[in-house]
Amino acid sequence: MPEARATIGKKEAVPSGGGAVPAAVAVDAGPAPGKPRSLWSDAWHDLRRKPSFVIPALIILLLLVVAAFPGWFTSVSPRAADLTNNYLREPELTHFFSPEWLGYNQQGQSIWARMLYGTRASIVIGVAVTVLVTVLGSLVGMLAGYFGGWVDALLSRVIDIFLGIPFLLGAMVILVSFDTRTEWTVTFALAFLGWTTVARVMRGSVISIKQSDYVAAARSLGAGTSRILLRHVLPNAMAPVIVVAMIALGGYITAEAVLSFLGIGLSEPSISWGGDINRAQGQIRIAEHILLYPSILLSITILSFLMLGDAVRDALDPKLR
Amino acid sequence: MRGARSAKWVASAIVVALAATACGGGDDDGGDGGSDGAAGNPDGIVRIDGGEPQNPLIPMNTNEALGGLVIDNLFSKLLDFDDEGQIFMVAAESVEPNEDNSVWTVTLKEGWTFHDGTPVTAESYVNAWNWAANVTNNQNGSFWFQDIVGYEDVHPEEGEPTADAMSGLQAVDETTFTIELTDPVPYYDYKLGYSTFTPLPESFYEDPEAFGESPVGNGPYSFVEWNHGESIELTRYEEYAGEDAAQNGGIHIQAYDGLEAAYTDLQSGNLDIIRQVGPRDLPLYQQDLGEDRTVAQPYNGTQTITPAWYNWEDTPPEVLQGVSMAIDRETITQTVLNGSRTPADSFVPPGVYGYEAGASGDITTFDPERARQLVEENGGIPGDRITIQYNADGGHREWVEAVCNSIIETLDVECVGDSKVDFDTDLEAREANEVESMYRGGWLADYPLNVNFLKELYASYAHSNYGRFDNAEVDELFAEGDRAATLDEAVALYQEAEQLLWQEMPSIPLWYQNVNAGWGPNVENVRFDTAGVPVLNEVTVNE
Amino acid sequence: MGRYVVRRLLQMIPVFIGSTFIIFMMMYALPGDPVRALWGERAPDEAQMAAIKADLGLDDPILLQYWNYLVGLVQGDFGTQIQSRREVIDVISDALPATLRLTALAFLITAVVGIGLGLLAGLRAGKKTDRGILFLSLLLISVPVFVIGYLYQTYPGVKWGWITPTVRDSENWGELLLPALALASLSLAYVMRLTRSTIVENRRADYMRTARAKGLPQRRVVGNHLLRNSLIPVVTFLGVDLGNLMAGAIVTEGIFNINGIGRTVYEALNAREGATVVGVVSFIIIVYLVIALLVDLLYAVLDPRIRYA
Repeated sequence: MPEARATIGKKEAVPSGGGAVPAAVAVDAGPAPGKPRSLWSDAWHDLRRKPSFVIPALIILLLLVVAAFPGWFTSVSPRAADLTNNYLREPELTHFFSPEWLGYNQQGQSIWARMLYGTRASIVIGVAVTVLVTVLGSLVGMLAGYFGGWVDALLSRVIDIFLGIPFLLGAMVILVSFDTRTEWTVTFALAFLGWTTVARVMRGSVISIKQSDYVAAARSLGAGTSRILLRHVLPNAMAPVIVVAMIALGGYITAEAVLSFLGIGLSEPSISWGGDINRAQGQIRIAEHILLYPSILLSITILSFLMLGDAVRDALDPKLR
Repeated sequence: MRGARSAKWVASAIVVALAATACGGGDDDGGDGGSDGAAGNPDGIVRIDGGEPQNPLIPMNTNEALGGLVIDNLFSKLLDFDDEGQIFMVAAESVEPNEDNSVWTVTLKEGWTFHDGTPVTAESYVNAWNWAANVTNNQNGSFWFQDIVGYEDVHPEEGEPTADAMSGLQAVDETTFTIELTDPVPYYDYKLGYSTFTPLPESFYEDPEAFGESPVGNGPYSFVEWNHGESIELTRYEEYAGEDAAQNGGIHIQAYDGLEAAYTDLQSGNLDIIRQVGPRDLPLYQQDLGEDRTVAQPYNGTQTITPAWYNWEDTPPEVLQGVSMAIDRETITQTVLNGSRTPADSFVPPGVYGYEAGASGDITTFDPERARQLVEENGGIPGDRITIQYNADGGHREWVEAVCNSIIETLDVECVGDSKVDFDTDLEAREANEVESMYRGGWLADYPLNVNFLKELYASYAHSNYGRFDNAEVDELFAEGDRAATLDEAVALYQEAEQLLWQEMPSIPLWYQNVNAGWGPNVENVRFDTAGVPVLNEVTVNE
Repeated sequence: MGRYVVRRLLQMIPVFIGSTFIIFMMMYALPGDPVRALWGERAPDEAQMAAIKADLGLDDPILLQYWNYLVGLVQGDFGTQIQSRREVIDVISDALPATLRLTALAFLITAVVGIGLGLLAGLRAGKKTDRGILFLSLLLISVPVFVIGYLYQTYPGVKWGWITPTVRDSENWGELLLPALALASLSLAYVMRLTRSTIVENRRADYMRTARAKGLPQRRVVGNHLLRNSLIPVVTFLGVDLGNLMAGAIVTEGIFNINGIGRTVYEALNAREGATVVGVVSFIIIVYLVIALLVDLLYAVLDPRIRYA
């Protein structure tokens, strides 16, 4: 049931009672252990042809380019403000990609330019949190799953403790303590509370792989623990983790937007979609375009990551084919 | 609103509207058909937006607007102020100083009662103030009594109090008491217009905690109930002896989380009065509600940007005059602020006694060329960089950004907002002299006198002088004002000091706060005083 | 069974202590002194400040404060608010009913609509209905909750006048419908997708083939066998989601002006009312832990293969 695990701030509830975890549920987490190479190449072969993969992948590629080089797409600075001439100026939708294309905001700044420059924050936070969560979560999950016993008991309790803290509330408490909140502050807060999801998936999938024949074989051939973990367990256990992480990415972007909406996301002078949406609320009745276009772009971005994750999951999970 | 000091002279003020209907009488007063001239329902309830008061409902402990809204209607103060900042009496018959302004004699009006029926006497005041000043009772407003002789005995800086009562406070008879001050203050009666200076009934002392949940006052409304986080109900006090008796049956204060939610309710008829229209609806509220059902007027609050002088040491004041002229106040108040502020032309807002229109000369007029010239000729801005520190929880971000953009545009220097999470953190940085360049200053009148906007902010010894502005000449003018024989002389001396301030530029006044309020078709006679507070007792309800 | 429950309850203790400890420490680390804030811009009264801190135990070392807090909790004492001097337990119990009603309604919507649509999509896997429902779920996840909230408030509320745009009376279920829908949208989407995928998975299971082969009518096959087995992960999700709905109400309660837990905790956080924030979080943690236990016990009911010793 990868769906449940993919949620952000939604904790899936594999029973947290240590030893009593029904094996069926835990094992269910991963794909059937098989030959890894063929699983991945199979998946890739599959994905290339599916529009539900190709389209979001292209969008994401484009977003990455924009995030890296926003200046390629507009000549205007996102901070240049002209209240006298451009205050809440209406969009001129036919002037494609020119600064006035999507109109101006309440400070007389080009919305198009701000959307382009805001991409970086969302993408950086989304990707960075995902990477951090994956690394940290995998590590904890793998140790717990592989060693079992008291290591598992201890790490599982730690996971339980973090699962108990409500995600949004916890992030708020952390972020409130910072005056200046950069991409990295927000990333830290989200990752600090978010790694448990990955850890649980990893733990479940390692437990099932540990019992497989090839791990037993490697062990009987005298392979060391670290070698077994890195060469045999990790590659096989990664598939469900990657799926979960990809779907979660969209959720982290949402989380940043929600935090910004509450006024404790990124602080000045960072430019972010969530921040701009937050500012647009004041003008929602007279100039909907300030709210509309960043919201649309935000939703498209989240949607793209979700669809990509969905497609990858379908490809990696033979049972659903 | 948190932490903000609120000035709120009670909803009462000039009772012109009532004079004709002779409603003052305390006895039968007639809930039904009392107000003969006005049609409508004399028992109708006025529904207004509010929120959860931060402190128990004790007047001496209430220092924020949400609690103030309740306290102002439950308690009548000794005196109050009109729209020019002039005093008129409410519960007091007279408040008179001796020749050197060091002893003030308060004479109360006869026949006043608390909502529990007990009489209001001089003792009710003296005991209440002694209780509130006592350090062991931890009242937020205790510092208000520090001018009175004997304050140190009940409120020592350290240790236990050595007396129960301030020796400067003496009840002469049933309706008279005297206040002896440690130093003469020619305008002490202005301070008495704060809601801390109200009486408490005998029953209060039995259980102050219970009182805070269910207060008994002397005002035009009595307390009914407090549903925490939801609403507070007040009802007209039928035995009220004052001239500002309620023209409606009572008040329902509905708690709202955001101004938008309250506005939406006003539009759908679930609310009668909204005290402030939120940013979302500001551009259209006059259109939505009809111009005669809205008000947009400045109240006694200013906003400034104030340099931290410890980081501007070698900068001559002309540079700050230049910065002031680089800010396009007109455009910003009309666009970004949607008419929620009025451009300032003085350190003092217009509803305050001592305000002079145009006191700033041309220093608050947008003049890019002159601005550049002043800044460049006087050595420029330190580091060519200005930051404006503000609290992120106060809705200041929009205008800080706009002011910065205006400065960047005109002076071609760097300018960014430096947001602190909340007001406490903002204040902590100010108190610790850690402001990088400038901070957002805001001041709401404690009493509508220019003294309050000048001495409390720019005297070198003033606590709220976080910019650490220090000018001996200014201090001396303030001191002279405080030694003046009469109120008018004091005000004139402070006006002189203000002229000096425009040469020294301790801060850059931006604008006055506006009250942008609206009301629905079911209520009439809605008026806001110069503290920005609705005068609820005058409101009449149609159905 | 009884021993299992006891063991689980014992395991909850360290988890509870750990989570509350983290939140307590985080609140303690926040800048801004709530007692100092009582004076606003004025010079604080040092004598009174010290007295208030001593009174509330805020001058103790942090670990002692946490210990006292825990001891208080065990005795049902959640502490006192600094500003209002009200008991935190009163503040919470004032705000709780509204949140409980809102959450219950959102939960109902999530469960009924989510499982319904998920079942429909799962049975029509690969068809147009399925794709439509899948896309709807993606849309619900992609559009942030505050945008959805504003849309609901603006159109059915303000523009069309179907429902009051804000909640005036939190005991009126009709008024709670819009906020509940907004609150439920994310969970709803997840439940839809989860139900769909487990249905698709289980449809090919052996027991389904057996059931069909036995000649059971389609209704019984779906109702008794397919749904019952597919609901296990859904129930898991729903159970834990209940606690999340409560925490997630911060945004929804703000937009629709509901005096609930979310609003209380948001205000408390801004006012640095540590006791209130930690109190609400402790409460949510307790709810979370208890529900997790109940869900596990429910497993045994739904899945005969699981037996707890």
